[in-house]
Amino acid sequence: MPIKSRPIYPGLKLDQRARRHLVAAEGEGALAVLAIFEGKGDAAASATIVYTPGGSAGEDHAEKLADLKPDALHVMPSQETAIVRLNGLLGNAAMGTRLYAAGVEGFIGKVIASGLEHGVDHQSIYTEHCGSLARRVQCVHCKGMTENVTATPFTCSHCGLNLFVRDHYSRRLAAFQGVVVDCETPGELPEIEELYR
Amino acid sequence: MSGGVEIPVRVSRVEQATATVKRFSLEAVSGEPLPLYSAGSHVVVTMAAPDRKIKNPYSLIDRAPDGSTYRIGVLRTRDSRGGSAFMHERVEVGTELSITMPVNLFPIVRTGRKHILVAGGIGVTPIYAMAEELRRQNLPFELHYAMRDAASGAFADELVARHGDKVRLYRDDAQEIIAVDRILWRQPLGTHLYVCGPEGMIDAILAGGREAGWPDENLHSERFMAHVSGEPFSVRLAKAGVTTEVRPDQSLLEAIEEAGVDAPYLCRGGACGQCETAVLEADGELMHHDHFLTEEEHASGKKIMTCVSRLKGRELVLDL
Repeated sequence: MPIKSRPIYPGLKLDQRARRHLVAAEGEGALAVLAIFEGKGDAAASATIVYTPGGSAGEDHAEKLADLKPDALHVMPSQETAIVRLNGLLGNAAMGTRLYAAGVEGFIGKVIASGLEHGVDHQSIYTEHCGSLARRVQCVHCKGMTENVTATPFTCSHCGLNLFVRDHYSRRLAAFQGVVVDCETPGELPEIEELYR
Repeated sequence: MSGGVEIPVRVSRVEQATATVKRFSLEAVSGEPLPLYSAGSHVVVTMAAPDRKIKNPYSLIDRAPDGSTYRIGVLRTRDSRGGSAFMHERVEVGTELSITMPVNLFPIVRTGRKHILVAGGIGVTPIYAMAEELRRQNLPFELHYAMRDAASGAFADELVARHGDKVRLYRDDAQEIIAVDRILWRQPLGTHLYVCGPEGMIDAILAGGREAGWPDENLHSERFMAHVSGEPFSVRLAKAGVTTEVRPDQSLLEAIEEAGVDAPYLCRGGACGQCETAVLEADGELMHHDHFLTEEEHASGKKIMTCVSRLKGRELVLDL
């Protein structure tokens, strides 16, 4: 059953009407970016790409992205630094700029949240989910974020509680919700399931 | 009843704003304060003409700070089917009318970082309210207001007095046109555009927005269609078991109401979607005039908006 609160990622599509393209890619998301700009030299010339090889990539796609000859390519060492760079670019962007996000779900979510911060409607952001199905989860108790969660229950990387991953996505936080699973009898856990590889 | 709660009101003031525009102040007959509303809202005014009830949507210009009055602006249209003519000829201080609760189909987007308001002619009424709200909240905006000539700018002086250089005026008779491409070229990300005015102007401004690379989510418009008169036809309401005639000067919705059936409606201008009705059979061609259904839905022949659309043919059977 689809998760009602989870956004739908229909896939990247080049918006020919846009005057500028601001593209954020993580890991395998680079392949989706390469696909839409393939043979579209004019569009690539008005594109700014922020790329981080990220955890989900088997290889680094920076060189292939540079071959597209975008207006600018920023290769960043992590998701966090990529988002910082993206925020700087969004702050100076004008209307007519379209935002694109490709990569793991947590990264797409962070790009959408940055867009919202800058007044961009989430429906006008093009998204494509690539790579792992790992979830970014917020512990509802200590509010700490744990990245790349592939199983439920799991241990909160901040407070150490055993958390059950709920199918409840927050667009604002770009994260699923993790709730303590063993509060009656600490240590008594349901079987761990690897659901989000 | 359909259309929601009605508020009986009395006209407390009539201003002749221009040769063709009058502004009416309405106060609740009960003496109670009128409800608060958000900028961009409209009410449907019911006028008791001698032969029938006329119901037209009008945008709210403002509400007195103490809630004692609403103001609406009415343009006397040349091809009026009675509504604007009635307001101009028959309504004076003391006249009693009835209004619906305010409904907003044209709201300011709260997540926007800047707002461009564009008005043409009488389309300025919701824009006036929006500018006031943006000013109160100290949010950045620009207002572009096009009018036929200086004498027909029903709100020009007040807008300039309230908002100063945020307002740009354009006069058709001086060949001044709104240069959409220049206005929209260098706006910061997160800017929203709102346009209200004549059909052709709305289309041109929205096309200009798309041309400048703006996504549809940031382009907003409101247009209330007058119902278009046409040939008479017959309508059968399957559930009610009623058959009635729709006269040339009457809308489908008005004929249904005259036959004593309480059909759904809200804006009566083809914008809100409330009166969407399933078509069971149509012996003839559906003449769609609304802005709510998609082109595919129009083509499917399965739905009709009773407030503005009609049949060109013999008989229409509706699921009512």
